Amino acid sequence: MSDNDVKDDRKYTKDHEWAKREGNEVLIGITAFAVEQLGDITLVNLDLKAGDVVAAHKGFGTIESVKTLSDLFAPISGKITRVNAELENKPELVNEDCWGKGWMIAIEPSQWDAEGGALLDAAAYAKHVAESAH
Amino acid sequence: MADSPKRTPLYDEHVKAGGRIVPFAGWEMPVQYAGISAEHEAVRMRAGLFDVSHMGELELEGEHAAAVVDYLVTNSLARIEPGQAMYTCCCNEQGTILDDLIVYKRAADRILVVCNASNRAKISAHFARAAKDHCEFRDVSDALGLIALQGPKALAVLSAAGTDLGNVSDTLGGFRFRDGKVAGVAATVARTGYTGEDGVEIFCASADAPALWRALMTAGQSFGIAPAGLGARDTLRLEARLSLYGNDIDETTNPIEAGLGWTVKLDKGDFVGRAAIAQVKEAGPSRKLVGFEMTGRGIARHGYPLQAGAGQVVGVCTSGGPAPTVGKNIGLGYLPSALSEVGTAFRVDCRGKAVDAVVVKTPFYKRPKTA
Repeated sequence: MSDNDVKDDRKYTKDHEWAKREGNEVLIGITAFAVEQLGDITLVNLDLKAGDVVAAHKGFGTIESVKTLSDLFAPISGKITRVNAELENKPELVNEDCWGKGWMIAIEPSQWDAEGGALLDAAAYAKHVAESAH
Repeated sequence: MADSPKRTPLYDEHVKAGGRIVPFAGWEMPVQYAGISAEHEAVRMRAGLFDVSHMGELELEGEHAAAVVDYLVTNSLARIEPGQAMYTCCCNEQGTILDDLIVYKRAADRILVVCNASNRAKISAHFARAAKDHCEFRDVSDALGLIALQGPKALAVLSAAGTDLGNVSDTLGGFRFRDGKVAGVAATVARTGYTGEDGVEIFCASADAPALWRALMTAGQSFGIAPAGLGARDTLRLEARLSLYGNDIDETTNPIEAGLGWTVKLDKGDFVGRAAIAQVKEAGPSRKLVGFEMTGRGIARHGYPLQAGAGQVVGVCTSGGPAPTVGKNIGLGYLPSALSEVGTAFRVDCRGKAVDAVVVKTPFYKRPKTA
């Protein structure tokens, strides 16, 4: 795992999700480290839909690989504006492009300043990954 | 277990090959190298190499060794000759499963028992107790390495590595084994496996295991061999509907309901669990381990409840996941006998979401017959 596998343009959780501010929205996805740990992803279950309200640290779905199932947690609170419907039939997008086409949900944040500020920046996340990978 | 995890003699090979090491049954084992799907495909299409040195090996020797083993297992040692092995259950008095084993008849008076790593302490003690005053008993698990070479090219790889066993595909039938040399290493080669593919499992001295592993990897290179981890081992065995102890069978399940009635030879004389199993067989099992396919969008996993009718829980999923070769999400689980017919629709409670599934014929995957 090198620093190159972390993007400077977004924030991170210790659960290996990323949150990227784009205009009024914050896009949510999972990191390359998470993808590597999961292996081949076979199913992305998004339990929430556009219009639903989600609270930080609450589950918004699950992701399944050949090996296992993992929960997806919202890094921040807000209203879901869009979900990535493409993942329903193409879960492999997460394997192929976890930073881009593999995004999962978009949230209109209700407390971005406080919650976004509490997330890890790229350097802190890279350090967290280095420690997780020991 | 308070002990720190153990390493097989091949640990360094796994690390060198980029294996991701996880704790498993008290061992540090590779769960995957390149990825489960890629390793699964290598085994189905070409060849894969597995380290199964963590499994337990017990030797019983002496005039009464065969009788001691026969009394502890459900299958019948009288049905096999020296040089043959058999799959069997080992039950308790209640007729439920302590472990599933492969028993090798090395000679009329020398039996090798291979048990699951997770059950080694229990089974070792169980056999040691029964052997006391009747025959010699040795737990030789730590002295032996065990490598599984599996896939349509497995026997070609074995030949390429160099062996004095000749053309194993002709000379060694299924569940037969023989001593010989592989890549210069003294070994016992058995035509067995846990993947649904053709192949062999090779026992050797622990100290020789790394050299044998490297020789097989080198010989297999032109055949597209890949090292395969526990993850692929699980997806491969599930497609072939081979039971996994701790998932599909355990001390709460009996061989009849688990679909392992064929390993029970009630007519062989008395053995541990015989009366209880005979009773289940007589009355018919109240539930059966069935194979199923998800028809809805969801993946069944070990422990998920199975529902019928208006949503009442009628069973439990014991193994499940995506099946790479079959291309479906499949599973095994216990359902009431009345709901166990092929074609029966039911639902899997995937963490609160009821997803449609249907009972299907097993194995999910059967290897194509070679001409």
